Amino acid sequence: MSKQFDVLINKGWCKGCGLCIAVCPKNVLELDDRVKCEPVRMDDCIGCRQCENICPDLAITVKEREQDA
Amino acid sequence: MPREEVMKWLRARFFPHIWCPGCGHGVIMHALLRSLTALDKKPEETVIASGIGCSSRMPGYINACTVHTTHGRSLGFATGIKLAKPELTVIDVMGDGDCTAIGGNHFIHACRRNIGITAIVMNNNIYGMTGGQASPTTPPGAKATTAPYGAIDPPFDICNLAAGAGATYVARATIAQPAMCEQYIKKGIQHKGFSVIEIVTHCHTQFGRKNKRSSPVDNLNFFKQASVAKAKADQMSPEELVGKIITGEFVNKDIPEYTEQYDKLIAKVRG
Repeated sequence: MSKQFDVLINKGWCKGCGLCIAVCPKNVLELDDRVKCEPVRMDDCIGCRQCENICPDLAITVKEREQDA
Repeated sequence: MPREEVMKWLRARFFPHIWCPGCGHGVIMHALLRSLTALDKKPEETVIASGIGCSSRMPGYINACTVHTTHGRSLGFATGIKLAKPELTVIDVMGDGDCTAIGGNHFIHACRRNIGITAIVMNNNIYGMTGGQASPTTPPGAKATTAPYGAIDPPFDICNLAAGAGATYVARATIAQPAMCEQYIKKGIQHKGFSVIEIVTHCHTQFGRKNKRSSPVDNLNFFKQASVAKAKADQMSPEELVGKIITGEFVNKDIPEYTEQYDKLIAKVRG
C-alpha cells in the first residue's frame, strides 16, 4: 500500500492567505467558512511538503500516517 | 522536516505573528529555522541580529540569542558580537531598506571585511512598515507612496553590490522556492566569511496594491514566471533580462576570514 499522509493545520495561526492552496499539486486544501485552511481531500496527499514549506504562518504540518501492521 | 524540531526554535507564545496574511517574511523565517535544525545548531550558540522594519521583527519569534538593534546598524552590532566570541553562529536578518539605504555603509564594509556573518536580505522592493515609500530596490516604473507616478531611480542589485564590495558567498532566491532558500541559507551559514543571501519577497499590502499584485498568490505566480536560473540568464541578452529576477549562486570563494586574521594578529603582537 502506498504511503498515506496527515495534513495538520494549526487554525489558531492560519490567516487564510491561500499560498498553500496555490502550491498544492493534488488540490488537497481548501478554505473553510472561517477563511482558514482545511485539508478536504487528505487521502490525495503525496507528502511533497510544499504547503508546509510555503506557509508563512508555520501553521501546516505534514506527517506520514502510521500504517497498521 | 519533522515539525517538532522547528517548534523548538520558536517563541510560540508570540504567535500568530504580526506580519500580514501571506507575507513572505514568514516563509523566509521557516527556511532559516529549517536550515538551523538541519545543521544541528544550538539556540544558545546562535545569535540573530536585526535592525528596524517588518523583516526585523523576525528575531522576536526565534528562540535563540536575539538582538533587535537600531535602524541599519544591525551589522555593526553583529560584527561586535562575532569579534568578541568568534565561535558563535551570527546571522543578521535585514530588509532591503535597512540593508542598502540606512545601513548601506555598514553593509559594504561588512562585505569588505569578510567577517563570518550570514546576512539574509529580505528584498520586498518597498518600505512596508512605514507606509510604502520607495526604497533603493523599487524597480523603475513601480508605484509607491513617494513615487505616485512610478519610480525613476535605477534600483540597486543587492547581489552585485555585495559581490562588488567583496562578500565571499552571494546567492539569490525567491520565496516561490522555499527549498532553494533553505539550501542557500544552509550554505551561507556553513561558509567561512561574509555571506549574503538575498531573498526576493513581496509586500502585497504596500507594494502589491499599487502595482497590480495585491494578493500573495499573484506575487507567487509573478515570482514563478519572472525568475530565471543563473545558468540560463548567462545565455540571455540584457534586453531579455529586463524585469527578470536572476536566482542562483553568484560568488563562492575562499578568502581569509576576519576574526581568524584578528586572532593571528593578536598572537603575533603578543609574541
